[in-house]
Amino acid sequence: MPSGNYKTSYRDDAKIFQTIWVKAWLFVFLALLLVFPFFAGKYLIYLANLMGIAVIGVLGLNILTGYTGQISLGHSAFLALGAYASTLLTLRLGVPFWLSMPLAGLFSALCGLLLALPCLRLRGLYLAIVTFAFYFIVEYTIIHWNGLTNGTGGLTVPEPNIVGLAVDSDRKLYFLILGLAILGLIFAKNLFRTEAGRAFIAIRDNDVAAEVIGVNVVRYKILAFMVCSFYAGVAGSLYAVTLNFIGPEHFTFLMTIEYLAMGLVGGIGTIAGSVFGVLFMTALPEAIRMLRDALSSHYPFLVSRMSDLQSGLYGLTIILFLIFEPTGLFGLWLRIKNYWLAWPYSYR
Amino acid sequence: MDSTSFHIFSQLMLSGVIAGSIYGLIALGFVVIYKSTTVVNFAQGEIMMLGAYFCYYLVVTHHIPFLPAFVMTLVFSALLGILVEMLILRPMIGEPIFSVIMITVGLATLLRSIVGFVWGHETLPFPSPFEDATFEVFGLVVAPAEAATIVSALVLFLALFAFFKYSKLGLATRATAFDQRWAFLMGISVRKIFSLAWAMSAMVAAVGGILLGLVGGLEPNMSFIGMKVFPAVVLGGLESIVGAVVGGLVIGVSESLAGGYLSNWLGSGVKELCAFCVLLIVLMFRPYGLFGKEEIIRV
Repeated sequence: MPSGNYKTSYRDDAKIFQTIWVKAWLFVFLALLLVFPFFAGKYLIYLANLMGIAVIGVLGLNILTGYTGQISLGHSAFLALGAYASTLLTLRLGVPFWLSMPLAGLFSALCGLLLALPCLRLRGLYLAIVTFAFYFIVEYTIIHWNGLTNGTGGLTVPEPNIVGLAVDSDRKLYFLILGLAILGLIFAKNLFRTEAGRAFIAIRDNDVAAEVIGVNVVRYKILAFMVCSFYAGVAGSLYAVTLNFIGPEHFTFLMTIEYLAMGLVGGIGTIAGSVFGVLFMTALPEAIRMLRDALSSHYPFLVSRMSDLQSGLYGLTIILFLIFEPTGLFGLWLRIKNYWLAWPYSYR
Repeated sequence: MDSTSFHIFSQLMLSGVIAGSIYGLIALGFVVIYKSTTVVNFAQGEIMMLGAYFCYYLVVTHHIPFLPAFVMTLVFSALLGILVEMLILRPMIGEPIFSVIMITVGLATLLRSIVGFVWGHETLPFPSPFEDATFEVFGLVVAPAEAATIVSALVLFLALFAFFKYSKLGLATRATAFDQRWAFLMGISVRKIFSLAWAMSAMVAAVGGILLGLVGGLEPNMSFIGMKVFPAVVLGGLESIVGAVVGGLVIGVSESLAGGYLSNWLGSGVKELCAFCVLLIVLMFRPYGLFGKEEIIRV
């Protein structure tokens, strides 16, 4: 008798919802997400918005780094490009937000294409350095092109407006971000059931072998860069409207690290992992913050050192996960699930 | 070219050489680790900074004279290097290069936060062990700290070059870098070589950090120099000690010249940018650096 997750056809194997329970739980989760803003306070909704944006951004990074194996240390540059593009389109040309957001994504994707060109022959370390150089060049341009970006002064982001409907509260923004994050998840999940997604994975696992079996490595590497930067561009434009204000200080190198940490903690190269990672890495600083509030009466200097504590925590999490749990939370979850699926016979 | 503009030019060249010596020192740290362990250490700048801050801590907080403090810093850095190698890099042996890069990036973030947490983000002036008076060489103004920078870069460069070229241990290190398994089979203790490389690299980095602190003071953002040195390392090739120093000098001088002549038109940051632009162009045509070992994979 078949037991566990037993499949007899490729069709079954490629299904998104492997069992009916996955589907059911997902809908319960979705329903919870939909009613959440009616019960949560202002700060929680704001936090949820940031998390939704992070999910979109991390998904992009995961497609490029996790699935295609191209290390990117320039992710925050793409977010910055998206944020500035959508804000400037609205400010200067009066483009409404529903149009400027996808345009920002496209602009970011175009920059991704430009970055992909010198990166095609690079791998590993050199790729990491070049993407870092790209981040540096973008940051420099934003700071010094005063006429366009107002330099370090930053820009105030106008209120987004979607086909006449003003998104004037965090709660309305929440539904927008939630919708886009779900769209992004569905697209990413399906991407890896198509030829392009399979090609990405083939390039990650062995690019020479991929070329030999007929994958056009150049084309798909460029595509991966573009999809990644499109996601980042959209995330950036959402980030801009969530913060109401953007400046170069919002898109630091630490942001890239944060996103990479989210991807790694969740499980690099998994879609669900992106969500897990964002949840974990958002909850962690919040927990630290609560701990700080509790301790600050005894150690008042902790308050001024909060940002160091937080970034140090990112660093430590990356190190610990890479050493002890390289497959991330998603891998951990799979192992726990498999253990209980066959309990008490844990060795399958 | 009249005499004033020549004077400006040579002063710019000199400050370029000084900055280039520091870049060269940090690049040396990269190369020493890469040469023996084929790991690229993104935390080099942070290890450098930690060394400098430790020396500052000894000199300012504990009032230890500079020279003993300097020696103690070297010991501390060596221990730090060994510790990092043992605790963090050793479990990564055999993991994909992405993980190795990411773990050093994580280490960089952690160390930077530790420095910021302990010493804060203000610029701390490093008490100079030298006389304040500057002196003139061929009509160029040189501060003692700057002279010390050039001299120590030169000394360390020669020492490391000789070590890798002539000593038995240096040969073992090169053998390990060439092929770990074969080196192991030839009776080389690969573990010891790895620890040694990290210790040496951290010590070189600490010297660079202290010199940098003497010239410009200490602040947590100085660790980004580690990233800025990448263009130098790539230009020089990751395996080449000579390349590291030459690359450092080239970047230092071109930055200084760009800062002197171009910043009026392109803004003050052009100095740091030009190195990265050069890097992008170089890597487009030579994906393994100018002097790097070529591994031809055509895909």
